[in-house]
Amino acid sequence: MASNGIKDRVAIIGMGCTSFGEHWDKGPEDLLCEAAYEAYASAGIDPDDVDAYWLGTLGSGLSGLMLSEPLKIQYKPVTHVENFCATGSEALRQACYAVASGAYDVAMAIGVEKLKDSGFSGLVGNVPPNDGTPNTMTAPASFSMLAPAYFKKYGLDPKRGKEVLARIAWKNHKNGAKNPKAQFRKEVSMETILNSPKIADPLGIMDCSGVSDGSAAAIVVRAEDAHKFRKDPIYIKALSFVAGPGEGHSKSGYDFTTFPEVVATARDAYHQAGVTNPRTEISMAEVHDCFTPTELVLYEDLGFSERGTAWKDVEEGFFDLEGKLPVNPDGGLKSFGHPIGASGLRMMYEMWLQLRGEAGPRQIKAPKLGLTHNLGGLPGRCVSFVSVVGREVG
Amino acid sequence: MPVMVGIVSYGSYVPYRRLKRSAIAQVLGIPAGKGERAVASFDEDSVSMGVEAARDALRATSAPSVQALFFATTTPPYGEKLHAAIVGAAARLPVEIRAADSTGSVRAGLGALLQASDSVGGGAKQALAVVADCRLGAPEGRAEQQNGDGAVAFVLGSENVIAEIEASASLTREFLDTWRAPDERFSHTWEERFALTQAYGPLLGKAVQAVLAKAKIAPKDLARVVLDCPNPRAVDEIARGMKLEAAQLADPLALTVGQTGATHAGLMLASVLPAAKPGDRILVATAADGADAIVFRVTDAAAHYKQPRSVGRMIESKGDVSYGSYLKWREIIPTEPPRRPDPDRPAGPPMLRSSNWKYGLFGSRCTACGTPQLPPQRVCVKCRAFDKMEPYPFADRTARIATYAIDRLAYSLNPPTVNVVLDFEGGGRFVCEMTDCEPEKVAIGDEVEMTFRKLYTAGGVHNYFWKARPKR
Repeated sequence: MASNGIKDRVAIIGMGCTSFGEHWDKGPEDLLCEAAYEAYASAGIDPDDVDAYWLGTLGSGLSGLMLSEPLKIQYKPVTHVENFCATGSEALRQACYAVASGAYDVAMAIGVEKLKDSGFSGLVGNVPPNDGTPNTMTAPASFSMLAPAYFKKYGLDPKRGKEVLARIAWKNHKNGAKNPKAQFRKEVSMETILNSPKIADPLGIMDCSGVSDGSAAAIVVRAEDAHKFRKDPIYIKALSFVAGPGEGHSKSGYDFTTFPEVVATARDAYHQAGVTNPRTEISMAEVHDCFTPTELVLYEDLGFSERGTAWKDVEEGFFDLEGKLPVNPDGGLKSFGHPIGASGLRMMYEMWLQLRGEAGPRQIKAPKLGLTHNLGGLPGRCVSFVSVVGREVG
Repeated sequence: MPVMVGIVSYGSYVPYRRLKRSAIAQVLGIPAGKGERAVASFDEDSVSMGVEAARDALRATSAPSVQALFFATTTPPYGEKLHAAIVGAAARLPVEIRAADSTGSVRAGLGALLQASDSVGGGAKQALAVVADCRLGAPEGRAEQQNGDGAVAFVLGSENVIAEIEASASLTREFLDTWRAPDERFSHTWEERFALTQAYGPLLGKAVQAVLAKAKIAPKDLARVVLDCPNPRAVDEIARGMKLEAAQLADPLALTVGQTGATHAGLMLASVLPAAKPGDRILVATAADGADAIVFRVTDAAAHYKQPRSVGRMIESKGDVSYGSYLKWREIIPTEPPRRPDPDRPAGPPMLRSSNWKYGLFGSRCTACGTPQLPPQRVCVKCRAFDKMEPYPFADRTARIATYAIDRLAYSLNPPTVNVVLDFEGGGRFVCEMTDCEPEKVAIGDEVEMTFRKLYTAGGVHNYFWKARPKR
């Protein structure tokens, strides 16, 4: 009756990630092929060396055939997983447990999303037949509720609060500008962000993550086998996942300044990894910055900042690339883009590069422990994933 | 001795939005009428407005025992489907009732009241007449300016009657004045003098004479007179012919609400009832494709009757709508389709399973820990007791806004969409849309009440559900 974790029992030995953005010339199958073959090459293995696959996509395809057919996978298991915007992380989690259990030796987690083919702006839900009563608020509207609630609770003047949010977007664009695979590879001024057209007050379009196409993949093995493949794998320290009871929309008291699901996954992940002070022990993090206030609240839910103080840390540059705890060094969802099923694995791809010193102009100096956080749903009813990964065993 | 049948309680509904006649005239470059007309919001129709009036009428009676329901409108949202069934479900009436719709003529309004009266005469404990209309007129036409939208409802019964039906008279005559084909949105009318001299004038006069004779009273015995006719000049002529004093004539609500079609005679009656004194006689007469006339005698019980929400209060509670928004809401002008997928039509089986929730806004209350919750749950959101729930009604409870979101991305005929997180008085949290509000004025802590609306129409199915609105 416990979440025991699999600290240092599984290693990532290769990863692939397409550029994210508007891939008008590529379908989801193309994106899957590119990420998968980049991961095979990265690990130095043949497709036939992989024993089992976990494929994450929210709405770009159904069943394992979506992967096995384009890749011509030879009669092996492919499991389709879906867990809202945390789909990619969920695929990784399943693949890790599969090799940790000994059921398979080599597994691939791969995620993909093709958002730009729908003809609609923003995300498009695919809901089962219902009685017509579920609330259909858009994602930016539901996340916008965090901002006034946070400002009010901590006495932050709304104008200053809006600047704090803008600075988060500014930072992520600044980081993304250094990333050749990011959707938006240029810095954006504070003024542009502050004055972008309103989409869900107080959020403007520049407070929202990029809608994009993309795919990312990871190949995992048991830690003791990792050195058969390469000398510099990275190690899974913690994998935590929670699906909340949705109390924020059904029980008075929830105040929209926190994600209880994130708090629970962070606590579990730190316990698994043996982290006691995340603010000092975590070297860098990729978090689910779907909208700027989400990232603000996550700093506190993940224990990077004390309650009610994250906004000060933002103003002081604590989470900047040069700061004490760089967050979203690859540009995050904001600048790298957010192809749903791929995003969790894209976060891990940045850990893969940074921990192994391959992040180029945005390389963080000697990171030891990295954290990825992936969220699906809305404030009040969501799923949350937290992983901790490291360069060394122990 | 025949049983006394009459009005036990009543309710009215005038939508929140008003369109100034000068605003129409300014856009179209035509002469402006005086005053303003009531406009059903983008999320309202005859059914949803009827529900509001019915709820109001049922709230006003201590122990409703409605056994028959009659819904009347000339603007039914469906070509085929029982509108009364939707109204009954949302008004939380039992399944064991008779129900019928009547439509086709504005006379359907008083017709529903008389049907309800006949039901009580025939043995029903109580019968509910609900009348609602969402009256359109083609741009530049007189009807567009003169018409209005609204609803009224009467509970008829034989106990606790506040206004007894003393006598009624009905005439039916075929003549061509107002007509509309099933595929048309705007009605046609024949040349005015014809109907005035050959139909409305004579019919209204004859019906009034007949009903006064039956009640054995003279025009001077009438405390108030409600005269309603598509042609207002017919009303003037009858009033002159009867030598009525100005004080006797009920306000036609022309400047504040507009002519609300089938609703109108009932709405005018509801507007004069609060000031009526025991013993007063009220004449209500309407003409269209014939005529109906009723004499009510106000009873002693009226002195103790409390009306929760008067027509006057509904008229005072208002906010403007621009002519442009009105044209969009009524889909008179086409607009750019949204870059969002069309919603799916709501599905029959889940709607039936959840009808107490969807239409009646029944949540559940945990009998183990007492926590109200919505939608209804199997496992308690607080103490997690399993299957210890009892039904719990939320529709008449107020709530406060815990937080809100202004959604400019969601498609709406009236953007932006305001979503609110509500904490109900007595407990229960819910997330829903907010309507009849000014988005920039919505604030955390505001008190709201629930209102039955049409969320959208998909696949020919009108998706009705509840929204919050500022207290009216």
